[in-house]
Amino acid sequence: MPDIETHDFDILIIGAGGAGLRAAVEAQAQGMRTALVCKSLLGKAHTVMAEGGVAAAMGNVYSEDNWQVHFRDTMRGGKMLNNWRMAQLHAQESPDRVRELEEWGALFDRTEDGLILQRDFGGHRYARLAHVGDRTGLEIIRTLQQKAVADGLEVFMEVKVLRLLRDADGVVSGAVGYRRPTGEFVSFTAKAVVLATGGVGKSWLYTSNSWESTGDGHAMALWAGADLIDMECVQFHPTGMVWPLSVRGILVTEGVRGDGGVLRNSDGRRFMFDYIPPMFAAETADSEEEADKWYDDHTAGRRPPELLPRDEVARSINSEVKAGRGSPHGGVFLDIASRRTAEDIRRRLPSMYHQFKELAGVDITAEPMEVGPTCHYIMGGVRVDADSTAATVPGLFAAGEVAGGMHGSNRLGGNSLSDLIVFGRRAGMGAVEFAAGRTGAVRVDEGEVAAAIEAAVAPLQREGGENPYTVHQDLQRTMQSLVGIIRTGTELEEALGAIEALEERAAAVSVGGGIAYNPGWNMATDLPSMLTVSRAVAQGAINRKESRGGHTRDDFPTPDPEMGKVNFVQRIERPDTQGVLGTPSVRTITVGPEPLPVMPDELAALFEEAH
Amino acid sequence: MDDEPTTEPQAAEPEDAAAPPAETPSAGAAVQAAPAPDPHGAAGAGRVTMVIWRGDEGGGDFATYELPAQDGEVVLDVVHRVQATQAPDLACRWNCKAGKCGSCSAEINGKPGLMCMTRMDTLPPGEPVTIAPMKTFPVIRDLVTDVSYNYEVAKRIPPFQPRPKTADEEAAGGYRMAQIDVERSQEFRKCIECFLCQDVCHVIRDHEENKTAFAGPRFFARSAELEMHPLDTNDRRELLRQEQGLGKCNITKCCTEVCPEHIKITDNAIIPLKERVVDAAFDPVAWLGRKILNRTTRSAREAAASSPAHGPAAVQPGTPVSGVPAPGGD
Repeated sequence: MPDIETHDFDILIIGAGGAGLRAAVEAQAQGMRTALVCKSLLGKAHTVMAEGGVAAAMGNVYSEDNWQVHFRDTMRGGKMLNNWRMAQLHAQESPDRVRELEEWGALFDRTEDGLILQRDFGGHRYARLAHVGDRTGLEIIRTLQQKAVADGLEVFMEVKVLRLLRDADGVVSGAVGYRRPTGEFVSFTAKAVVLATGGVGKSWLYTSNSWESTGDGHAMALWAGADLIDMECVQFHPTGMVWPLSVRGILVTEGVRGDGGVLRNSDGRRFMFDYIPPMFAAETADSEEEADKWYDDHTAGRRPPELLPRDEVARSINSEVKAGRGSPHGGVFLDIASRRTAEDIRRRLPSMYHQFKELAGVDITAEPMEVGPTCHYIMGGVRVDADSTAATVPGLFAAGEVAGGMHGSNRLGGNSLSDLIVFGRRAGMGAVEFAAGRTGAVRVDEGEVAAAIEAAVAPLQREGGENPYTVHQDLQRTMQSLVGIIRTGTELEEALGAIEALEERAAAVSVGGGIAYNPGWNMATDLPSMLTVSRAVAQGAINRKESRGGHTRDDFPTPDPEMGKVNFVQRIERPDTQGVLGTPSVRTITVGPEPLPVMPDELAALFEEAH
Repeated sequence: MDDEPTTEPQAAEPEDAAAPPAETPSAGAAVQAAPAPDPHGAAGAGRVTMVIWRGDEGGGDFATYELPAQDGEVVLDVVHRVQATQAPDLACRWNCKAGKCGSCSAEINGKPGLMCMTRMDTLPPGEPVTIAPMKTFPVIRDLVTDVSYNYEVAKRIPPFQPRPKTADEEAAGGYRMAQIDVERSQEFRKCIECFLCQDVCHVIRDHEENKTAFAGPRFFARSAELEMHPLDTNDRRELLRQEQGLGKCNITKCCTEVCPEHIKITDNAIIPLKERVVDAAFDPVAWLGRKILNRTTRSAREAAASSPAHGPAAVQPGTPVSGVPAPGGD
């Protein structure tokens, strides 16, 4: 073992967003020695960016709501590619998880009779999103952070984890990384490891994601031999800012549309009426008059088409811009100014008001916003057991965005925060159960530690190589232009070739400066995960020859019922050189369709009753 | 990809031109295409000079970077371009780039602020932009400071402890609170923990020695949030008075002015807390309670809250209400 800082815990949790924190709270509550490791400071994770709310069928606004309706909305939003059991557990448990946050200090907005207020969002039949203005994610992360700190959780901040460690039997038993402030390496042994590393958006040019979203968990799971599923299913949120360019991609919450905002093209037309798909026609208003009645009383009219699931809205905006009816900066107009009073807008959407005012110089109470699709979320991820969140390699658990299955091919807004707290808790429980059953001392393969460190320091020792930032920018351009919102077979093949070339360039980068807080070096060590994830997305997209949810193939523009029955599974058959760029095992990823879990009859019946 | 090179974020960088990306227009590119040159794009013709502090705990100095100006940028964008093209090891913290995570605090032209929310076009045109790390915290490297003090203070605040649910609430499945009652604490829960209020607070900015017995505006707001939380039953007043140095604050309002979330820290958190602490400290019932029980209780706090207010007269600026001497200087 190299002479580095080491720690031993029962449970190691990687990632301190909503899922990681919720898992940590659970593991702590069950008396486990728990460590939480995160790449940034505590409380800065991407969860803070979630704006609109947390979906839970509490029935506080519409008593007709219940878990079955939420389950059905989630499955239909995901185009039935979801793991049904995850969708069921999620719909059943999220109300209790939200109430639990309140018991830990969260202060949600209230109904007239003092209960938690719920707002409308795309794809949800009833007003279902518990929220705090438009800063719900911040409320959740702060609540969980404060709870975890009060419970005495041990947190390792600003530690970048490079790879998972296994014992001689292949059981995941720890991880190795480095402390960003000092550059010193640190390894952890643990009886069970929970991945809660979030998303992958930093491989695209225009994304709502922060720099941390480099897919470390997706990549480390794959390198350690775990299965990933449906990596081609990437969500482009329909409404990101498009101007100024420097803020392009920053999110504009769906809450704007839930609260009455409408989308218009350059002709001023409310164009979403032109894009209502047959699957949602029965429940979507077909005139402005009907749609406008709905906001005040959901029984007086059908839902406005602006609140169709995100994949539908994103594709519609794309089509309008392509047809030459876009806004000056290449988006469309999102108008709430003409529909709500200035006071209402400022009260219900305070962050959006400030974001546009301060970054774009636009007063959203007086003028429309310019918006367009932005890379936002990956539905695909680590294949897990629904109940325990166990990955397909022993000792490893995954929750939140890094886990696949819950959202199928398209996630509904508001279902991410609820996913974090439902499956974060379950990951904590699953890891605790596994750890409790594990006997004997936990040992890791010291060769893996040495190899990880050797690969990480190589760019510092190499001279005359390329700047890692340049490789990253070229990767972003490749993914944006070739593996974006609309895909074709030839471009995806081209992307794979480009990614292979980028892998070679990434393996030869060099960085100057020392090891202490060196962003260039940090970037060099993030590149392996970004490249592995990009390859997985491109390969999945090549194999899924259909259009479904967040995955749209121009050359296969409709859903294929047969492909709707399978997950595309990716795994490295012999994960012996984890994450070392340019080595065969990182390149050789197998992709094969495997059947979805079969939904029991009583749940399948819910879809026959639905109109 | 963009068809219009003048609007491409990195197009003006010669380093980029050396490695042009393989660009293939696709159907999916429609949304990413900027159809018309920006009318403000002409501003991109100029240059911008960034003067950035480089160094570590052992010392350092300002380094100058010149690069092309680009339209619509914030300070953080320019720092990122310096990293990507001239100084890959330039250390700065950032996450969301949208004013929501509070990571990129720094002192811009001497004024503490978030780099991601400071637009370049709000700074004097043609003049160099100076960026230094927050002064109140020890430097780790370049613009990154050691803010662990804040995380240590956070650990010492007695946590939220809710009252039990009523029978009605058990039946309804959750607590009942009126919107107007949650809004007071909601204001403080907007805090993004950028620690700019800590950075500008004279009590610790100019007096390192005060850090051991001073929580700072961020954590006064946190305590106020808990004290005003409709469900909370814990009592933090003695701690605030004796260990967190609430009395050291002489309400110069620097924290309120710097807050990017526009939280009225002084008026809505610190002054009401000072009133409550004074009430508790000098209320005879509370005093007796402490004598008998050797601790404060919620009932004493409620008694204090319902007794006639002592009013703001008890907390004149600069008055050492806690009995702890105020720091010199301000």
